[in-house]
Amino acid sequence: MLLKDEVEMLRRITLFSGLPPAKLKLLAFTSDRVMYSAGEDLFHQGDIGDAAYVILSGKADVLVSTPTGQLKVAEVEQNSIVGEIAILCNTPRTATIKTTTSLEALRIRKDDFLKLLADFPEMAVEIMRVLADRLSQTTSELTEARSRAQRVEA
Amino acid sequence: MEPRLSRYIWTHTRKAQLWILLIVALSMIPYFMSFDLPKQIVNGPIQGQGFETPGATQLFMPIAFSLPLIGEVNLFSGIELGRQGTLLALSLVFLFLVIINGLFKFYINTYKGRLGERLLRRIRFELVDRVLRFPPHHLKRVKPAEISTMIKDEVEPMGGFTGDAFVQPALLGGQALTALIFILIQSFWLGIIAAVIVAVQAVIIPRMRRRLLVLGRERQLTARELSGRVSEIVDGIGTIRGHDTSNYERADIAARLGRIFKIRYDLYQWKFLVKFLNNFLAQVTPFLFYSIGGYFALQGRLDIGQLVAVIGAYKDLPGPLKELIDWDQARQDVQVKYTQVVEQFSVEPLIDPKVQEISVAAPPTLSGALAAVNLTIADDGGAKLIEHVSFQVRPGETVAITGGTGGGGEALAEALGRLAWPASGRIVVGDEDIHELPEAVIGRRISYASSEVYAFQGSLGDNLLYGLKHAPLTEVVYEGDKAAHRRWELLEAKLAGNPSFDLNSDWIDYGAAGATGPKDLFGKIRAVLDVVLLTNDISALAVRSTINAVEHEAFASEIVEMRAALRRRLEAEKLSDLVVFFEPGSYNVEATVGENLLFGTVTDRARWELALESHPFFKTVLKRAGLHETFYGMGLEIAENVVELFRDLPPDHPFFQQLTFMTSEEIPAYEALLQRLRGRPLDEVSEEDAIRIIRLCFGYIEPRHRFGLLTDDLMQKIVEARREFSDGLPADLAGIIEHYQPNRYMASSSILDNVLFGRIGHKHTDGSDKIRAIVRDLFESLGLYNKVLAFGLDFDVGAGGKRLTAGQRQKLNLARALIRLSDFYIVNQPLLALDQRTQDQITRNVFAFLHDENRNPAIVWVLSNPALSELFDRVVHFENGRLVHEETVETPSKDSDYKELAS
Repeated sequence: MLLKDEVEMLRRITLFSGLPPAKLKLLAFTSDRVMYSAGEDLFHQGDIGDAAYVILSGKADVLVSTPTGQLKVAEVEQNSIVGEIAILCNTPRTATIKTTTSLEALRIRKDDFLKLLADFPEMAVEIMRVLADRLSQTTSELTEARSRAQRVEA
Repeated sequence: MEPRLSRYIWTHTRKAQLWILLIVALSMIPYFMSFDLPKQIVNGPIQGQGFETPGATQLFMPIAFSLPLIGEVNLFSGIELGRQGTLLALSLVFLFLVIINGLFKFYINTYKGRLGERLLRRIRFELVDRVLRFPPHHLKRVKPAEISTMIKDEVEPMGGFTGDAFVQPALLGGQALTALIFILIQSFWLGIIAAVIVAVQAVIIPRMRRRLLVLGRERQLTARELSGRVSEIVDGIGTIRGHDTSNYERADIAARLGRIFKIRYDLYQWKFLVKFLNNFLAQVTPFLFYSIGGYFALQGRLDIGQLVAVIGAYKDLPGPLKELIDWDQARQDVQVKYTQVVEQFSVEPLIDPKVQEISVAAPPTLSGALAAVNLTIADDGGAKLIEHVSFQVRPGETVAITGGTGGGGEALAEALGRLAWPASGRIVVGDEDIHELPEAVIGRRISYASSEVYAFQGSLGDNLLYGLKHAPLTEVVYEGDKAAHRRWELLEAKLAGNPSFDLNSDWIDYGAAGATGPKDLFGKIRAVLDVVLLTNDISALAVRSTINAVEHEAFASEIVEMRAALRRRLEAEKLSDLVVFFEPGSYNVEATVGENLLFGTVTDRARWELALESHPFFKTVLKRAGLHETFYGMGLEIAENVVELFRDLPPDHPFFQQLTFMTSEEIPAYEALLQRLRGRPLDEVSEEDAIRIIRLCFGYIEPRHRFGLLTDDLMQKIVEARREFSDGLPADLAGIIEHYQPNRYMASSSILDNVLFGRIGHKHTDGSDKIRAIVRDLFESLGLYNKVLAFGLDFDVGAGGKRLTAGQRQKLNLARALIRLSDFYIVNQPLLALDQRTQDQITRNVFAFLHDENRNPAIVWVLSNPALSELFDRVVHFENGRLVHEETVETPSKDSDYKELAS
C-alpha cells in the first residue's frame, strides 16, 4: 500500500476526514507502517499510550480486563482508529487490542501528531469539532441512561 | 608557600644560580677584551702607531706579567709581526672573541632556559598538589576556570624570569659597569657625562613604571575573572537560554571587556610614554659625546681612536641599561603575579601531605566502628545541616538513613565520605579521627557513592576502575632508548621536585577488587555491571560501535559465523521477516537504493559526494544498465513528493529528522529546480541538475517512504548493475565503497550491522528491540557476550561523562564504588536519575552482591524510598538536622517462616 492509499484511508476516518489532503499526506509520511500477525497485542491495557493506530487491513478485538478475565467489548477492522484518546491526553490505555487476523496498521506517534496540531491550528479545530460531536453524543447517551435509571428506581 | 618569589627561586635553584653567575663572570673577560681590541686595531696597524719606520715589527701577544716575590714571569714571548701581519692577526683575534662571546651567550641562555622551565614545572606541580589538598569548603568557592588559568597562564612568566632572576642583573650590571668603566678610563669627563645620564635613567624610569605595575595587576585580575565568567557561560548555557538572559550575559561580558580595554589602553599609553623618555635619554648621550668628545679631539686632548672606542663602548651601554630596567620591571611584575597566585593557593587548613602519602601495600581492614561523635556540619553560609549528632555503625551492620531532603541524612553521609568537614565534633573509626588517618587506609576501606557523579574523560572501563588506581604496583622494565628516556624523566622529575611515579605502571589494584590479576578482573567487572543493571546499556553501546577488524581478527570472524546462527535462530522463532538479509543476487527492500546498487556502504562520505558529482564512472554505468533515465524520473518524483510534504514546515521542525533525501535548507532550491525541469526531457537538462535529481534516489527505501517508485523490473535492473559497480570500479575510486560479502567482516559497519548482515524490517513496531534481545542472547550462548562487553568498556564517555545518560552515569558511579572491596559502603541516594522501581531493584541487587562470598561489609544507605528499610538491620531517621528516631528492624527469621508455612 502506498502513501497515497494511506491518505485515502485516513480520509475515511472521521477524526481526520476534514483535514486538507496535503496535511494527511504529511501525517501518513511521518507515521510508520506496522504489521502484526494474528494473536499479537497492538497495545496493552494500563500502558502509557504513545501512539494511535489506523487499521489498514485485518481485524482485532478490543479487550478489557475484568476480575473474571479478559472480556471482549468490541471488534475493530479496516478504516478504524484505535488508541486515539491516549495520544490526546496522558491517560493509560483503557483496553487491550489483540489481533485476530494478520493486521496492517499505520502507527501515528503521539509527538508527531501533537506537533502537527500545533503547526496547523485548522487541524486542531477540526479534531476539536469531532471530539465535541462525540462528547455531545456521549452526554445525551448518559442523560438517557440516567433518566432510565431514575425511572427504574421510581 | 614562600611569599617572595626571589626567595622561592633562590631556595630551589641556589646551586644552579651560583654556577651560572660564575660562568657569567668568566664571560666578562672576553667581553671586555673585545672592547679594547678596536682601539688597538685603529691605533696600531691602521694609523701606524709603533710602525713608524718601514719594515718595523711588533711583538704579537706576549704573555708576561710580574708577580710579587717571584718577579717577572714570561710565559710567551710573542711573535714578531709586520704592520699588515699585525692587522690580520688582531682582526682574527677579534673574530675569535666574537665566537667566544657568542658561545658564552649560547650556553648561558640555554642554561637559564632550562632552569626556568624546571622552576615552572615545580611551581605548577606544587599548585596542583595544593588543589588536591584543598579543604572541601574552599573548592566550593573557587571557579575551576580561574584556578586553571592561574596554573596554566599566570605562572608562566615566572619560569621565564627564573633564569634571569640573579643572572640578568649580574650580567647586565656587569656589562653596563664594564662599558662605563671603559669610558671612564678613556676619558674621565665623557665617563662622568655617561654616568650622570645613567643615574637619571635608573632613578626616573622605575618610578614611572610603578604605575604600570598597578595596571598590570588589574589586568591580571580582570582577565582571570573573564575566563571564569566565560566558563560559567559555557557551563550554564542551558539556564541562560532557558531564561532568555543571554543579553544580560552579553551586557556583562561587554562591560568586562570594556574595563579590560581601558586598563590595557592605559597600560599602552603609559608604557610608550616611558619608552619615549627612555629612548630620549639614551639618545642624548651620543649627542653630548659627539659635541663634547669631538671638541676634545679637535683640541688634541683625546685621540680619535679613544673617541671611536668611547662611542663604540657607549653603544653597548644603553642596551644593557635598558634591559636592566626591563628586568627590574619584570621582577616587580612577576612578584605581583606570584603574590596573587600564592594568596589564592594559601588556604588553611590544607590536608597534610602525610595523609595522602602513596602506599603500595594493602591497608589493614578497619575493625573499629565508624562513628560520628557530637557531629555538627555547617554549609558555607554557616547554617547547620546537622547538629550534635552521635551515630555509630559497627562493622558488618547495615543502616538505612531516612528523612528525605533537608533531613540531614545526606549531610551525614557526605561527612562520612569526607566530602564535608565537621564544623565541630569528630568522625572516628575505632578511636582514630578519619581526617588524620592516611587516605591510603580510609580512601580504600570506605567507599562512597552519591548521585553527584564525576566521570573523567576516557573510556568507560577506565572510569569503572578509577577507584582502584591508588599506586603504581608494577615496576616497568624499560630497554634501550626507552630506558634512557625513563632515566631522564626520573632525573628531571627529581630536579623539579615532582614525584617520579610511573604512569605506565599498572595502577589497577586487582587485589582491592577481589581479583588476582587482569585475567579474572573481568569477572568482577561483569558482576558489578550486572548488579547496577548497566550490562545491557554497555552491550548496546558496544554493538553500535565499529571495531578494528584487523586487530580483532578472531572476534570478527566469529561475528561473521554468527550470521548463519542468527538466521537459524530467526527461522526457529518464526521471525524470519524481522530482518531482510543482504543477498548478492536479490534486491533488499529494506535497504536504500544506493546500498542495493553498490551492494556495500560508502566509507568516505566526502570523497563519495565528490565522485558522484564529477566522476564519469557513475553516469556511464547507470546509462549502460539502462537506469539513468529511470533514476532521473524517480528522483523527480521524490523531489516532488518531498517538496509537497515539507514546503510549509518551518526549517527547524522535528519532522525534518525523518527526511533523509535533503536538508531543510535545500528544499527551496529543489523547489526552484523542479519549476525549471518540469516537462523537459532528460537530454535538455544540464549534467549538474541531472545529478542533483538522480542522487535523491540513492536514499530511497520503498517500505519506509512508500512513494511507490520501485517496480520488480527496476529492482532486477539494479541488482544486475551491482556487478558493474563492484568489478568495474576505477582505481581512483578504490576504497570508497566497502562491499557486502557474506563471509567477510565489514570494518566500516557496526558490530550489530555485521551480525545482521541485513536491515531490520520497518513493519514490526518493536523490531529493533526484538533483534537486539535475540542478538544478545546469541552472544551469550556463543560465549561472545563478554568480548562484546569489553568493546563497550572501550566506549569514550566524553568530557564529564556527557556521552552517557544521567542514569548511566549514576549507575557507573555506584559500580565504581562497589567494585572495591571495602569495610564500609556509604551510599547517598546514588540513583536519583532512575525511576523508583529500578532504584529498588538495584538496591536489592547491591545488598545481595555485597553479602555474597561470605563478605559482610557495613552499609550506610541514605534511602529515597523508606519502603526499602526492611532490608537493613537498623533505620535511623533524621529531621531538621537532628537524629530523631532510631530503631532496629525486626528481621523475621526465615526458618520460622518456613515452619509456619509448612504447618
